[in-house]
Amino acid sequence: MIELVSLTKRYGEFVAVDALSLSVPEGRITGLLGPNGAGKTTTLRMIAGILEPDSGEVRIGGLDMAREPLATRSMLGFVPDRPFVYEKLTGGELLRFTAGLHGMSGSVVETRIDELLELWDLVSWKDQLVESYSHGMRQKLILSSALVHAPRVLVIDEPMVGLDPRSARILKDLLREFADRGGTVLVSTHTLELAEVLCDQMAIIDHGQIAVAGTMADLRRAAESSEAGLEQLFLRITRGATDLRIASLLDALG
Amino acid sequence: MSVVSEYRLLLRPKWLAAWRRASSARSRLGRIVLLGALGAAAWPVVYLTLVRFLAALRQVEDIGPLLASRLLALGLLIFFGLLLLSNVIGALSGFFLARDLPALRATPVDGLSIYLARLTETLVSSSWMVLLILIPVLAAYARVFDAGVVFLPISLGALIPFLLIPAALGSAFTLLLVRVFPARRSRDILLVAGLGGIAVLVLVLRVLRPERLVNPESYRNLVEFLESLRGPSSPWLPSQWTADALVGGLEGGSDFLTWLLLWSTAAGLTTLGAALHGRLYPTCFTRAQEGDEQRVRRSGGTALLERLLSRLAVRRRELVLKDIRTFFRDTTQWSQLIILAVLVVVYVYNMSALPLNAGTTISRYLTTLVLFLNLALTGFVVAAIAGRFVFPAFSLEGRTLWLLRSSPVEAGEVLKSKFWTGLLPLGFLALILTVLTNLVLDVPPVLFGLSIVSIVLITASFTAQALAWGVYFPVFESENAAQIPTSIGGLLYMLGALASLGLVVLCQGWALRDYFISGLPGRAPRSVAISEAVVALALTFGLTMIGVFGSLWAAEARIESRRSG
Ligand SMILES: Nc1ncnc2c1ncn2[C@@H]1O[C@H](COP(=O)(O)OP(=O)(O)OP(=O)(O)O)[C@@H](O)[C@H]1O
Ligand SMILES: [Mg+2]
Repeated sequence: MIELVSLTKRYGEFVAVDALSLSVPEGRITGLLGPNGAGKTTTLRMIAGILEPDSGEVRIGGLDMAREPLATRSMLGFVPDRPFVYEKLTGGELLRFTAGLHGMSGSVVETRIDELLELWDLVSWKDQLVESYSHGMRQKLILSSALVHAPRVLVIDEPMVGLDPRSARILKDLLREFADRGGTVLVSTHTLELAEVLCDQMAIIDHGQIAVAGTMADLRRAAESSEAGLEQLFLRITRGATDLRIASLLDALG
Repeated sequence: MSVVSEYRLLLRPKWLAAWRRASSARSRLGRIVLLGALGAAAWPVVYLTLVRFLAALRQVEDIGPLLASRLLALGLLIFFGLLLLSNVIGALSGFFLARDLPALRATPVDGLSIYLARLTETLVSSSWMVLLILIPVLAAYARVFDAGVVFLPISLGALIPFLLIPAALGSAFTLLLVRVFPARRSRDILLVAGLGGIAVLVLVLRVLRPERLVNPESYRNLVEFLESLRGPSSPWLPSQWTADALVGGLEGGSDFLTWLLLWSTAAGLTTLGAALHGRLYPTCFTRAQEGDEQRVRRSGGTALLERLLSRLAVRRRELVLKDIRTFFRDTTQWSQLIILAVLVVVYVYNMSALPLNAGTTISRYLTTLVLFLNLALTGFVVAAIAGRFVFPAFSLEGRTLWLLRSSPVEAGEVLKSKFWTGLLPLGFLALILTVLTNLVLDVPPVLFGLSIVSIVLITASFTAQALAWGVYFPVFESENAAQIPTSIGGLLYMLGALASLGLVVLCQGWALRDYFISGLPGRAPRSVAISEAVVALALTFGLTMIGVFGSLWAAEARIESRRSG
């Protein structure tokens, strides 16, 4: 459903995403993992059409993003890593606004808004300004706004930020159901446990390139340690400093 | 750490940020070229015009130099009012809304350091534009009155307290207001600030009494006129002290008392502000954290608005609705409409106070001239208002831009909806201004029609220009919409808008030149020929449409190209 073809993005001289190719199939949940600064957010922002790649292609549903920006974006629901929305709109108005951006309005939208808010227990907050929402409530609202126009593809940068255990559970179930119904889900995450239980397949990126990609079994094979958990795997693949001198650091701090 | 080193530490990130913004590789060349062109254009124009004007004034026996110093005092008074207002707005941001405040308050930094650092920030962000304008003005005074190099330190010595006083006053005022009004009622703060602005305007109006200048006969004799000029206009105002100090410097002698008054007031107010800050700030800051009104009720107004907009396509309707809602719920925005209303009243009042209907030939000619000036002045007012309300439109999207960019809407659609939401109220305002003043001036029908169409076209052009400059010079970091137009982009917009206004006025003047000449004493007066009006209109139409479409096109191109950055 999403095809990335040697996608490259530079910030000045610095190459944040380096000829990255990836294929994200329908009906699956794909996880994007990688250390801080690996290029996950940059990649997702290019898929969402917020950033333009320097070279390479983003294809969604067979359409080229650069050639048909509107058609590709209308298939998409995007959730950024930081939940900034219009502070002076109410939750209900924000959802109506997002639906409107996708050319949708009327009773279909209204029912959908109510359903989404019900799902997150936000019904009593529908007419409150977003500025009085807590961090987790904003995250739920933005998740709702990504879903309100019934997208075929969900792209979520760090989905669990700020969510309580109950809401996190709801989101997991929701993404699973969404994928089971043929939707495409691409999430970036740092939580390895989450990736392990949620994702059907994963891609670990490092320095803007795919280090490995595939299902858990594929990844294990790549790391050549059939018994190791995902954490060992991740650290090995990204050459993580397993010999962190935490104790001596804390000693030094007194 | 001592207060001084803490103070320097607190300001350091701001310096660095400002420096890096100015010198970032991508913007360097463009900015240098732009600012260079700007400086090359604006300063000499102000300087040379003033030099000529002052030199002419100086020739006038007796009252010439007096008038010149009076003019300086008047200018400083207006600046003082503006500085007060912008310092109140700036202090609201710096002391209460800035995003780095929570983290800062969690550190063991002395309250005095915070006060001094934020006061400096408020002062700089509110005053730089006034300072920029004052440089060529003071240079012209120095030139015409043959002041030596000593005038430079004298100006500095007089201007520092002149800028410090409104900064200290404005900050203290903001603090007290946050204290008096519970919770985050920035609404009330700005309301009161708006009232303060009104007071200043009324004051200026009273001091100006523009009708008297036009009609010197209202003084019984020259002696009375001179008398009214000689007495200090307002001995209680720091702007008057500054003017006295500067004029003293120009004439080579300075009154020690003036300097003492100026500096001791500045020092005293700063100390007082620091003491107030020490006592009240913790409570006030806590209060400022509470949300504004919580629940939004559906009022009749909203329902009507939705009905009105229901004919638009969904995307445009939602974009427009969102812009209107966020505008009226942001108190730093709508509260300034009050100032606007007063501006209109003051303007129309001034027009009606002009002694034009005396029936003499000269007054008839004056009327035509004033009619023309009216277009320029209304244009100026509209340009300023567009700068205040339309220029920040794109900046305000800042952090939420991701939502628009990841949605299937074109940049052009967003711009168009912002253009129309800006143009409708602005055009309405411009129309009211023009119609009222035209009625007051008793303008003949053809010119009446011409001025109405012209002002609407000009307003459209300003709206588009303000949008475009806002896209090219966005201020994404600000939490306070009222502060955004005080950025460099706001200044550039204003200059660009005024230049385009000048062009329109020139073209109309050229098209109507024969008519004006016919109004001169000794010629046969006639009314405007339709053909003349048509030429004037066509020229205006062409110029303003270039303004509208050029700006919108440039803005769209810029938004599209920002994706790659
Ligand atoms: N606006 C920018 N300008 C310059 N460099 C940037 C910019 N945004 C990101 N980068 C750089 O690009 C690289 C990738 O950043 P990105 O935000 O995509 O990482 P990430 O994988 O999402 O990291 P994290 O796990 O911390 O969220 C980083 O090295 C970062 O420093
Ligand atoms: Mg990230």
